[in-house]
This record gives sequence, structure tokens and C-alpha cells, in this order.
Amino acid sequence: MSSIVFWLLAILTVGAALAVVVLRDVFRAALSLVLLFLAIAVLYITLYADFLAVVQVLIYVGAISILIIVAVMLTREVWHGSPPGKLRIPALVVSVLLLGTMVFTVISTKWETSGEPPQQPTTAAIGTNLFSQGGFILPVEISAVLLLAAILGAIVLMREK
Amino acid sequence: MEVGLNHYLVLSAVLFCIGLYGVLAKRNAVVILMCIEIMLNAVNIAMVAFSRYVVPMLLTGQIFAIFVIVVAAAEAAVGIAIIITIYRNRQSVDVDKFDLMKW
Repeated sequence: MSSIVFWLLAILTVGAALAVVVLRDVFRAALSLVLLFLAIAVLYITLYADFLAVVQVLIYVGAISILIIVAVMLTREVWHGSPPGKLRIPALVVSVLLLGTMVFTVISTKWETSGEPPQQPTTAAIGTNLFSQGGFILPVEISAVLLLAAILGAIVLMREK
Repeated sequence: MEVGLNHYLVLSAVLFCIGLYGVLAKRNAVVILMCIEIMLNAVNIAMVAFSRYVVPMLLTGQIFAIFVIVVAAAEAAVGIAIIITIYRNRQSVDVDKFDLMKW
């Protein structure tokens, strides 16, 4: 049962990602990006990462895709769309070579997987890990500073002179 | 066939390479930003898969994925602000025309 769900999601994510790259209409590409984000959220659920799935829906589907769609609306081109540039063939070669290398490495490596059952629900454990003394409290505070800097930077850049 | 770590890693590699192709080949700056988001999501899938199959009780991969999402959100906000500012000045989002720092 879970393998059927995985294969469906794999086809959906790869198809949506290809649509983002191939479609010439930028708005349709943005919509298929939303579909990709949703499919990845379901993929997190199949990996028992329930908190991360909710975060994915809130931040990617809720915030980042709205930002991208607003950017598409604000930057309407005369020639509408995104034709591939001059580097199309070299880019294709580089991507296929990298894909071949990565797939070969993944398949030929003997991963030491643990047979333990996954921890669930994960929300309380992630919260404890993030905010406890020996945990990730310093990165959390640094990321708060990073977000503040990003907000200020975006406001300064967008302000009319 | 049972779905395991390899399946998720190969899926993540495929998504990463699609995003890489888009970043290298596209000319529209907004589409390039979308492809960067695809690449970051592919990396997140790999990290959550490692977290699930290698250290199921530690959750470090999921916590790292949360930090990646934070950085991706900041990057999207600043990136779109830069693109819209350049669009205001040059009436274009074609990266071939973004040569104002070229000497």
C-alpha cells in the first residue's frame, strides 16, 4: 500500500517539476510549482514527518508560492513566457551527468539503515530538540536574526526612491 | 518491492537535477527562482529520508530541514525584491540583460 502511494507521489512530483521547467507560460509554471510543494508535503507524511508536512504546507504552499505568483504578476514580460536560453544543451548535459553520478552513488553505497520504528508524533520531540540547552537553540536565534535581516533587506530594496 | 531509503534518495536526485537544469537553462529570473526552490525541496526530501531510515529516534535530519526552509523563505523574499527592483529599472526579467555589474 505505501509503495503504491510512493510511486504515485514520485510520478506526480517529477511530472510537476518537469512542468515547471518545460512550460513556457510562467504563471502555469508557478501553479505546477504549488502542486509540487503539496506533493512533497504528502511525501513527508509517508516518511513519518508530520510536523514537517504541516510546515511545508504553511510556508511553501501558503507563503512562498504566493510571493512567487505576485512576482509573476508584477513582472509581466512583453514576450510572455520563459524561453530557454543559449545554454540549453550544455545545461542538459551537465544535469544528466550529475544525475547519473548521484544515482550510481546512491545505488552502489551500502547504507547502514536502522530497523527501529520511526518516532511519532514528532512535534514534541522536535520542539524539545530545538529549544533545549544542549540542542539547537543557538541556530534558532541565528535564524531569527537572519529572518529580520531578510525582512529589512526586502523592505529597503522595494521602497520607492 | 518494499520502498526504502534508495527510492527516496533517487527521487531527490531526479528533482535536484531537474531544478539544476532549469537554473542553468532558463532566462526568466522568476523561473530561475522557482527552480532554486525545487532544488532546496529535493535536498529536504533527502534529509528527511536519512532521518527516517538511518537515525529514526534522533530527528536531526528533520530539524535541519526546518532550518533549510527558514533560509529558503528568506532567500525567496530577498530574491523577489531584487528581481522586482531590477524590473522597475530595466522593464525586463531576462537574466541575459542583467549585465549591470559586468565590466
